[in-house]
This record gives sequence, C-alpha cells and structure tokens, in this order.
Amino acid sequence: MSMRSVLRDSVPTPVPTPAVTAAGGGSRRPAIGIDVEDLDIYYGDVQAVRGVTLAIPAQSVTAVIGPSGCGKSTFLRSLNRMHEVAPGARVDGTVRVDGRDLYAAGVDPVLVRREIGMVFQRPNPFPTMSIRDNVLAGVRLNGGRLKKDAAEAVVERSLRGANLWDEVKDRLNRPGAGLSGGQQQRLCIARAIAVEPQVLLMDEPCSALDPISTSAIEDLIGQLKSEYTIVIVTHNMQQAARVSDETAFFNLAGVGEPGQLVESGATTKIFSNPDNPSTEAYITGRFG
Amino acid sequence: MSETSTPSPSRDTTDTGPASGRVGDRVFLGISRGAALTILAILAGVAIFLTAEGIPGITASPDEVKSGESFPSFVLPLVFGTLWSATLALVIAVPLAVAVALFVTYYVPRRLGQALGYVIDLLAAVPSVVFGLWGMRVLAGQLVGPYEWLERTLGFLPFFAGPASATGRTILTAAVVLAVMILPIVTAIAREVFRQTPVLLEEAALALGATRWEMIRTVVLPHGRSGMIGGAMLGLGRALGETMAVAMVLSASGVITLDLISSTNPSTIPANIALQFNEASGLTVNALIASGLVLFVITFAVNFAARAVVNRRKEFSGAHA
Repeated sequence: MSMRSVLRDSVPTPVPTPAVTAAGGGSRRPAIGIDVEDLDIYYGDVQAVRGVTLAIPAQSVTAVIGPSGCGKSTFLRSLNRMHEVAPGARVDGTVRVDGRDLYAAGVDPVLVRREIGMVFQRPNPFPTMSIRDNVLAGVRLNGGRLKKDAAEAVVERSLRGANLWDEVKDRLNRPGAGLSGGQQQRLCIARAIAVEPQVLLMDEPCSALDPISTSAIEDLIGQLKSEYTIVIVTHNMQQAARVSDETAFFNLAGVGEPGQLVESGATTKIFSNPDNPSTEAYITGRFG
Repeated sequence: MSETSTPSPSRDTTDTGPASGRVGDRVFLGISRGAALTILAILAGVAIFLTAEGIPGITASPDEVKSGESFPSFVLPLVFGTLWSATLALVIAVPLAVAVALFVTYYVPRRLGQALGYVIDLLAAVPSVVFGLWGMRVLAGQLVGPYEWLERTLGFLPFFAGPASATGRTILTAAVVLAVMILPIVTAIAREVFRQTPVLLEEAALALGATRWEMIRTVVLPHGRSGMIGGAMLGLGRALGETMAVAMVLSASGVITLDLISSTNPSTIPANIALQFNEASGLTVNALIASGLVLFVITFAVNFAARAVVNRRKEFSGAHA
C-alpha cells in the first residue's frame, strides 16, 4: 500500500499544512495528525474493516468516502474508540495520535474521547439542557466547575467558532432542541470544540440537513481546519471535493467481505486522476 | 355539524370521505368509545356511591359512631397515617428502584439484566397477604434491634424519639413492607424509561468523554425524569391504597406522630376500613365509607399533582428529540 507516499505528494491547500510527525509530540497546538497502521475492526466474530493503513495529516480535512456498508463510519469511530460502545466490538492494529497508541494497554477510552471530538450524523444536542449548558456539557465533564465569567467566555468562543453566536446570543437559556436542524448541528460542533480537542471527527454531519445549512457547516469546516485535524465521513462526493484536502476511498473487498481502504491521497488527485479503477468508477458515479 | 350532515356530491365520489362508509372503522370506533365511556361510568359510579353513603357519616354526631369522635378528628390521623406511610415507602423504594433499573440497564450484561428484571417482576406477583405475613412474623422481629439502636443514637430526632417498639410493628416496618411491594412497578417503569433513552444522546455524552455514570447523569436521568415521576406516582397510588399488608403489620392507635419506631402509630385509611368494617354498624359504616371518599380525593389530588410536575418543564423534556 503506497498511500503514505501519495499523501505526501502534494497539498492543495492555500495554507501550507505542516506535516507534523507523530514523534514530534508534546505541544497542544498546532493540532496533530493521526497515524493508522494495519487496523482491523471486528464486531464479535464479524470483521467489518480490514488492514487500514493511513496517515491523516494535521490541520487539514481528510474525507472518507465510499459506498454504504463499507466501514467508513466504523473506521471513523475507531479513531476515538467510540465503536467500543457496541457490545463485542474490538480492534487489532494501532492508531497513533501524537505518537501515543490509542489502543495501548492501560489507555482509558474516556480520556481518548476527551481529546478527540465527534460530531454525529444527526444533530444531538442534549434536549434537557439550554444552549449554554449544551456548549458547556463537555467542559463540565472534563474539569469540574468554571467561574461564571470563564464559562461565559467558553460559551461565546465556542459558539463564535461554530458560527452560531450571532443567531443564539439572545437566547442562551432556551432549550437547544428548539433550534433548526442546521443550528443544532452547529451547536453540536460548538459543544465538541468547547473542550479544545486536538482532532474533530465528523460522521456525515450534513446528511440530515438542507442545502443552506449544509453550506454553513462546510464553510465552518474550512475555518476549523486551521486549528483542528478534521476527519469527515461523507456520502456526498461533491462535499468531499469541496471541503477536503485529502481523500480516502473505502470499499468492500467483495460481497460478504470486510471493508478496506482502496486508495487515499490528495483530494485533487483522487478526484481527477485516481490510481485505482474502482475509485474512478465510484467517483464518476458508475457505482455506489 | 351541519356541514357533515349536508350531502355534498363532490365528497361522495372520493375515498377520502369520513370513515362512516367502512364497517370495520365504525365497529372499532364504537368499541373504543364504549370502553372509554365504561371507565368514566365506573369512576362516576364509585364517586356517587362514596358521596351518597359517606355524607351521613360526615354529618353524624360523635355519640352516634363507634369512635366517639367527630368526623374530622376521626379521619385526620388516618389521613396523616396514609400519607406518611406511603411517603416513607416512596422515599425508600424510589432511589432503590432507580438504582436497580440503572444497574440492570447499564451495568450488567444484557442476559443477566433481563434475568434480574424477571426476578424483580416476580415480586409483583406475590400476594399482599404474604407480604403482610412476612412483615408481621419476620421483618418486624428483625427490626426490633435496629430500632433500639436508632433510639439510642438518633433519639434526638423526632423520628426516632422512641420508646422503641418491643414488637417492631411500627409505621416504619409497614413502610418497608410497602416499599418492597411497590418496588417492582417503580423499577419496571424506570427500566422501560431508561431503555428508551435515544442512543444518539448516549453517544453524544460518551463522545464528549463522559464515563458511564456521567453519561447516565447527563442524559439518562434527565431524559427519564418524567417517566420516573410517573412510576413513583403509580407506586404511591399502590402504597396509598394498600390494605392487607398494613393492616397485618401495623399496631395502630390512631395518633398523629412523626415517631417512626414507637409502638403508638397512626393507622391508614384502607387498613382501618378493613379492620373496622366487620364489626361496624349504622352510621359507623357511613363514617368508614366517608374515609374512603377522603382517600379517593387524595388519590385524585396526587395524580393531578404528578401531572403538573411532569408538564412543568415540557420544553426541556426531550419530547422533540
């Protein structure tokens, strides 16, 4: 598998993305990349994903695309150990963030999830909480009590970061569930970035949203990548082309076989001149 | 009304007209409407019976009834005893039930959880007479020692002022028995409510780095709040109306006291009716029925209060999540 060399080929972003090596570790900012090596993911006896080796560069957007059921979401959830929520789920291989293997013995999945934020397919603000409390939920879980003005600062910074501040600043005490779908999703992004994670995982964040809300989220992703390493699973290839710097294409090895990484590299290359014929077939809409 | 009875030709040609055309719909409508009206009729019948038979008891003069008291001073200790024992039972049972439901739902493997659930449900199948026997013969005796200890160490509190009962058949014992009896229903409802917590919300909390307990606190308990209140109210309803177990366990003497461990305890309305009814005659019967009317009103009030609590923060209830 030669995706590593492909990854380093060309970086099409105007902002040069520093290729932070895993060994560099230590500093909190700038954000750091993820190194996945030979990752197998199982649910009970069923293997869902096989042999993924992929380097996800820091401070960039990596899109994961592929047909339904090819293990994209499973792969994404293995990056913050969320897939373990399902009974019987387990993993072979390594996922290194900042040089540390997330699956090493003694690593607490709870702490992993505090460092690696996640946004889900459907907006899921806590319905029993106000907008303010939603933003602060993760902060409160992580570190206990904040002084009132410190909390206000976190709320404003996170909501501004999620492009939501101007729309909700007058109703921070209203329930988060009263917002529109797109606003709820941005609230969830604000909640995720309030704890200042290093990595932000997004599992089809726009699939339940209308085009205008989708566009707002995509703009936001473009802004967030200067601070975070973003991995986004999407079904929408135009979206992958619009928002991502790198693209990884997953596909099933065959009927009844686990999903695997077919090809990865700079988005411009994957979408214009992919190495693998099945990538080209998927991207041009001939299957999937 | 006039519009539906006016024949409109454009309507007749479409399928979307009223259900009147289809026999099955009409039969179903009739059956369900009949069922609803039957419930109302039964309720009204009970209310009318209680009121009609109870009023002579309320207005009776003290020397016409067995207790030798006016109705208010006859019924007040009973009302107190009823509410007091049921409240104590709730205080004991609800935290236990919620803890059991959380444990069964989130902390044990699914299979074991289901098995535990069945065992708890079995508790509901035990007749109340059996609980009464157990409370009277076993539990009361076991609790004599702890009651004496409570009197010695916490005797400065009005609840444990004592003197501790020598038989252990106190209102606290009755409340413990009641708590065991309402545990299954409260647990079953709490389990059901917790199981319905949206996975999406559980994952939201976990992805923020919540431990299991933090996830429960952030998502599961708030989401299940109204359901837990509903379960507690069902339990309260049963505790308020429970007759046999209380009648068998409690050694009652018609006083109003906060003391939980002494041998002088208030009785409850249903237990008092059960114990007195056989030997009652004349206006005494009416007085007992009137106390039943009071219980009826209390149960109604409790239900309305519960509804008000559940509806108070509807916006935040998660109904639209």
